[in-house]
Amino acid sequence: MQPTRVIEFIDAVAVYGDYPALAGVTFSVDRQEIVLLQGPNGAGKTTLLRACAGLVPIVRGSAHVLGVDITTDRESIRERVGLLGHQNGLFAELTIAENVDFWSTVVGASKLERDVAMQRMAIDGKLANRRVSELSAGQKRRCALACLVVRRAEIWLLDEPHAGLDAKGRDEIDLILREAASAGATIIVASHEVERAQQLASRTVAIVAGHVRGVS
Amino acid sequence: MSVSRIARAVAVKDLRIELRSRIVTNQVLPFSGLVMVMFAFALDSDDVLQDVAGGLVWLATIFSLFILVQRSFAIEVSDGALDSLRVAGVDPQGIFLGKSISLFVQLIALEVVLFLTAVVLYRVNLGGSGLVLLVTCVVSATAGLAFVGTLYGGLTAGARGRETLLPLLLLPVVAPVLISATRATEAAFTSNGVTVSEGWPWVAVLAVFAAVFGLGGLLSFGSLIEE
Amino acid sequence: MTTTELPAIKGVGTQATRLYGVLALIALGWVLVGGLFFTPEDVVQGDAVRIMYVHVPTAWTAYLAFIVTGVASACWLLGKKHSMGFDRVAGASAEVGVAFMALTLISGSLWGRITWGTFWVWDPRLTTTAFLFVTYLGYLAVRGLGGSPHQRARRSSVVALLAVLEIPLVHFSVVLWRSLHQEASVLSPDGDIKMDGIMLFTLLFGVFGFSVLFAWLVSHRQRIMAMHDAQRASALEVAMADRLQEASS
Repeated sequence: MQPTRVIEFIDAVAVYGDYPALAGVTFSVDRQEIVLLQGPNGAGKTTLLRACAGLVPIVRGSAHVLGVDITTDRESIRERVGLLGHQNGLFAELTIAENVDFWSTVVGASKLERDVAMQRMAIDGKLANRRVSELSAGQKRRCALACLVVRRAEIWLLDEPHAGLDAKGRDEIDLILREAASAGATIIVASHEVERAQQLASRTVAIVAGHVRGVS
Repeated sequence: MSVSRIARAVAVKDLRIELRSRIVTNQVLPFSGLVMVMFAFALDSDDVLQDVAGGLVWLATIFSLFILVQRSFAIEVSDGALDSLRVAGVDPQGIFLGKSISLFVQLIALEVVLFLTAVVLYRVNLGGSGLVLLVTCVVSATAGLAFVGTLYGGLTAGARGRETLLPLLLLPVVAPVLISATRATEAAFTSNGVTVSEGWPWVAVLAVFAAVFGLGGLLSFGSLIEE
Repeated sequence: MTTTELPAIKGVGTQATRLYGVLALIALGWVLVGGLFFTPEDVVQGDAVRIMYVHVPTAWTAYLAFIVTGVASACWLLGKKHSMGFDRVAGASAEVGVAFMALTLISGSLWGRITWGTFWVWDPRLTTTAFLFVTYLGYLAVRGLGGSPHQRARRSSVVALLAVLEIPLVHFSVVLWRSLHQEASVLSPDGDIKMDGIMLFTLLFGVFGFSVLFAWLVSHRQRIMAMHDAQRASALEVAMADRLQEASS
C-alpha cells in the first residue's frame, strides 16, 4: 500500500545550535507532485530539503516522510530519498564516468541505468572521460544530477538545480524531472528562478523566516 | 548493496584518486623521509640511531598517519561527498572498510620506504627470521593504524575546528601500537641484544588491537559520521 | 511575546546531596587530620608517605570516573529512550574525573620527586593515568563539537566506549613494556610500604571520602547541565517567537 501523502510536517522545528532554522513548519506533499519551494536567502529552504532527506533532526512538532516518523528514525528513509544540495558530492580527480560509476556501484544501479542517466544528462561520449576538476559549473551539476538519477529515489529534493546551467541544460533538467514524476517520483525543487520553476511545478510553497507562508 | 561491494568501490575510488593526485608520493613520502633525517640530526649518534631505529620508523609513520587520514577525508568533505553518501543511505560499514583498506595500502607503501630508509640511514641489520617477524608486525600494526585512523578521521572530518582534534584523539589510541610495533621491530632488527623470538608476543598484542578496533570501527563509524 | 519563566532556583542541592556532602567533608576532614598527625611515618620514606593518602584515593576516583562515564554512555546508547540524564552523568563524570586524574598525576609526580628524586616514573599505573587524562581531554573536546543534543550524546557515548576498549590495551602494553625493564615492583612508590592498622584505615577512609566527594560533584554538575539545557530550551522559544514575528511582518 502506497500512501499518497509522502511528506507531512506539522509545526516542525529544526535547529542549528540555538538557532531555529525551521521555526514551526507545516507543509505536506503528495506522491508524484512537483513542488516549488520559494523564499529569500536564510528562509530555511535548504534546511527544509535536508530535513526531508533525514539529514537534519526535527526537535519539535511532527514530521513524516514516506510514512516514517523522522523525529525518531531519520536513517531508514535515506535510501529512498535523493538530495542534490548546494555541493555536488563529486570527486574532483576522477572523471565523470568514474564518478557516476562509483555512485552506481554503491547504490546498486545496473550498468544500463548508469548509461541511460549519463546519456540523458548529456555527459556521455568524450565528455565522460574528462576529470571533474576540469569541468564547467554546469557540467559538474549535470554529473551530480546523473549520480542522483541512478539512485531511483522515490522523492527527489533539489536545491537550486538550474543554477549554472544554460537554457538548454535547464530544459533538459525539467524534462528529466517531469519524466521522473510521471514514473512515480515526488519532486521538490528549491529555486530562485520563479518563472521557470513555475512552468515545471504543480504548486508553489513559499517559506519565510523558518515558516511556510502560503501555497499557490 | 552489500558491505563488501561498497567497501571495494570506496577503496578503489580512494586509491585511484591518490594515483591521480599523487599527494602521498609527492608530499607525504618526502615529509616522512625528512623526518627520518631530522631524527638523525637530533640524535647525533650512529650507535643510538641503530638501537632506536625501530621506534623512529614507527614515530615517523604515526606523524604521517595524521596527514594521510586528513587527506583521506578531505576528498570526501571538499564537495560534500560524505554527506551525499550519508543521505544516499550507503552502509557506513562499507565506507569504513573501504577507507580503511585504502589507508592500509597507503601506509604500507609509506612503511616500505621508511624501513628502506632506516636500513640505509641507520644501518640496521635484517636476517631471515627477522624479516618474517617484521612483515607480520608491519601488517598487523598497519591494520590497526588504518582502522583507528579511519574511525577517528571520520569523527573529525568536516566542520571547522575539527581537524585539530585528530592528533589529540588519535595519539593516545595509537600508543599501544607504537609500543608493541617498536618492540617487535627491535626484535626483528636484533637491536640491543633482543632476540627475534621475543618479538612475537608483541605481534599478538598488535593483532588483538587490530581486531578490537576493526570490529569497534565497524560498529561505531556510522554513529560518528552522523550529524 | 511570551517567555517561559524558569523557576527561581536557589541551588542545585537537595536533601540527599547535602547529606553526602557533609559525609564527604567529615571523611576528608579525618583524612586530613589523621593523615597529617595521627598516622605514623613510614620506616623508609618518612613523612613523604603521607602523600599516599591523597594519591591513592584520587587515582581510585579517577578510575571510578572512567567506569562511570563508560557505564553511563553504554546506558544511554543501549536504552530505548536515550534518556539524556545518562548523557549528562557521563559528561559530568568525565569533567570531574579529569580533575581527579590531574590531581593523581600531580600528587604522584611530587611523591616520586620526594622519594626517588624524579618527577616522573614509568610506573604502569601512573602512565595509564596519564593516558586516561589525555583521552578524557579528547572526550571532553568531542562533547564540545556542535550538533543536536541527541547527536552529541550519541557521538560522545561512542567515543567513551571506544576509550573503554582502548585504555586496557594501553595499560596492558605499558605493563608488558615495563616488565622488560623489570622495574614494576620497585618503582611503585606504595609497593613496599608496610601498612599498620591506622594507616590502612586512613587510606580506606580516604578512598571512601574521595568517592563520596566525586558523587557529590557529579550530581551537582549534572544538575547544572540539566538547568543549562532547560535554559536553552526556553531561549529556543524566544528565538522561535522572534522568527514568527519576522515571518508575519
